Amino acid sequence: MTARAEPRRAPGPPGPRRVPATPPLTAFAATSGTRHNRLSEHVFYVIALAAVLLPLLVLLGMLVGVTITGSERLSWDFITSFPSRKPALAGILPGLLGSFYLMVLTALIALPLGVGAAIHLEEYGKRSRVSRLIELNIANLAGVPSIVYGLLGLDLFVRTLQLGRSLIAGACTLSLLVLPMVVMVSREALRTVPQHLREASYALGATRWSTIRQIVLPMAYPGILTGAILALSRAIGETAPLVVVGALTYITFVPDGIDAPFTALPIQIFNWVSRPQHGFVVNAAAGIVVLLFTMLLLNGGAIYLRNRLQKKGTA
Amino acid sequence: MTSVGSTALTSSLPPPLATEAKLSIEGVRAWFGSLEVLHGIDMPIADRSVTAIIGPSGCGKSTLIRSVNRMHELTDGARLEGKITLDGIDVYGRDVDPVLLRRRVGMVFQKPNPFPSMSVRDNVLSGLRLTGGLSAVRPDEIVEKALRDAALWDEVKDRLDKPGIGLSGGQQQRLCIARSLAVSPEVLLMDEPCSALDPIATSRIEDLIHSLKETYTIAIVTHNMQQAARVSDYTAFLLGGELVEFSETNRLFTSPRDSRTEDYITGKFG
Repeated sequence: MTARAEPRRAPGPPGPRRVPATPPLTAFAATSGTRHNRLSEHVFYVIALAAVLLPLLVLLGMLVGVTITGSERLSWDFITSFPSRKPALAGILPGLLGSFYLMVLTALIALPLGVGAAIHLEEYGKRSRVSRLIELNIANLAGVPSIVYGLLGLDLFVRTLQLGRSLIAGACTLSLLVLPMVVMVSREALRTVPQHLREASYALGATRWSTIRQIVLPMAYPGILTGAILALSRAIGETAPLVVVGALTYITFVPDGIDAPFTALPIQIFNWVSRPQHGFVVNAAAGIVVLLFTMLLLNGGAIYLRNRLQKKGTA
Repeated sequence: MTSVGSTALTSSLPPPLATEAKLSIEGVRAWFGSLEVLHGIDMPIADRSVTAIIGPSGCGKSTLIRSVNRMHELTDGARLEGKITLDGIDVYGRDVDPVLLRRRVGMVFQKPNPFPSMSVRDNVLSGLRLTGGLSAVRPDEIVEKALRDAALWDEVKDRLDKPGIGLSGGQQQRLCIARSLAVSPEVLLMDEPCSALDPIATSRIEDLIHSLKETYTIAIVTHNMQQAARVSDYTAFLLGGELVEFSETNRLFTSPRDSRTEDYITGKFG
């Protein structure tokens, strides 16, 4: 910013500005901070700190426990092996790949649908009665138990559409599950784009679509991406709907197409936990570590991507 | 009632314009939901001159100007009746595309609103990108010409790739003017363009308006009467959604015909 060009909101005539005399800081502190204020300030700080630390400690304890239990099985072999009847030989490869494919497919299905729906509701169908009704229903759908989505997926995708117990049926079911969340978060993100920027674009003779594409979406991307990350994290951790849709628990091959039978990490873990042998419990612990690490990796990647977009968006 | 007012106005006037009318506003009534904010406005906007629209807050002056480029109808529940012609063509005609209309009638808003994600250069070119007109032309020339026309080139030529929102408020507003000019409109509507600016920035914009009227037809909404007196050739005084008086700026400020105009410009209310 150059000094010669228009100082922002210069309050008076140009010239050296008069600085009002400021009382010394110590005097200010003595008059405005009573003992009572300082005490409640302190108490609140401690409460807030506890609220942060307590869940973190519980989580950390869990993580440490799982890691210790699973450590004896955590190895490259564990990741690249197929399930086996012998716990020491069993690996997690089909589950890991299954979860990965599921997530990619779910993202491909749910994100365009969800963002598209959000754009329609927010940019086109604004504030009509139908739109408000839809909004209410979407919020409700987000609270429906996941098992219900599983049953819907079983009936709709597996049976009616005859997709069978396949990856694509699982991904469609998970897409249904996360769709409300994607729509809601995307709408929220679109709403943060100031109206005056849309107006500026329209006033230049832009169509609605080019305004959305060139002005609104670039500014909403970071928010939308955050929502997508949360939604996909939820999808990858879901077990119940996949069980209903028919994910297998014991497969000795890698899915070779979207119509192939599949399993997923949480299902593999669930299966191992419910076995009596101690070896499988260890396997489950190792599986949990792999699952958490995968999620960490995915979230980290997505957050990195978002920050880069955000920088590009505002720089 | 409104028609009576407007016929009385036109019959009591000598032909008001020295130049021909670029825009003609005829019997325009506007609503937000059930609230009628304009009760039938008739006035011309002269070609290549500055027409100021003054009046107290809430008198409908912004609505009037926004109805010219059909921005009014973008608000939920907004409605409009009447006729506005641009070069004799009704902009509310059945076959008029508001998108194409807005390319001929540019607008500058109250708050400077450069696109925050774009550099100075991209802001100037944004209109062309948004309307798909960039491919055929040389962008650097357009950027320089628009910024020169907006009296901003010398201040920003070394930082065309810096973000537009990094400029000062007055520079941002001139950037917005440059952005409007880059799509080569014929009419420029300005909705209180200086109300968020300091006096120095304001006088720069006023100088700019003076030079722009050689090429463009300008309508400016302002609540600042001195500004209207300084920059405009014609002035319309709106009160409560009705046009009280329209005449040459000099005449309106020196010998207003309506007592309400006189009260307003002498500061008795508003």
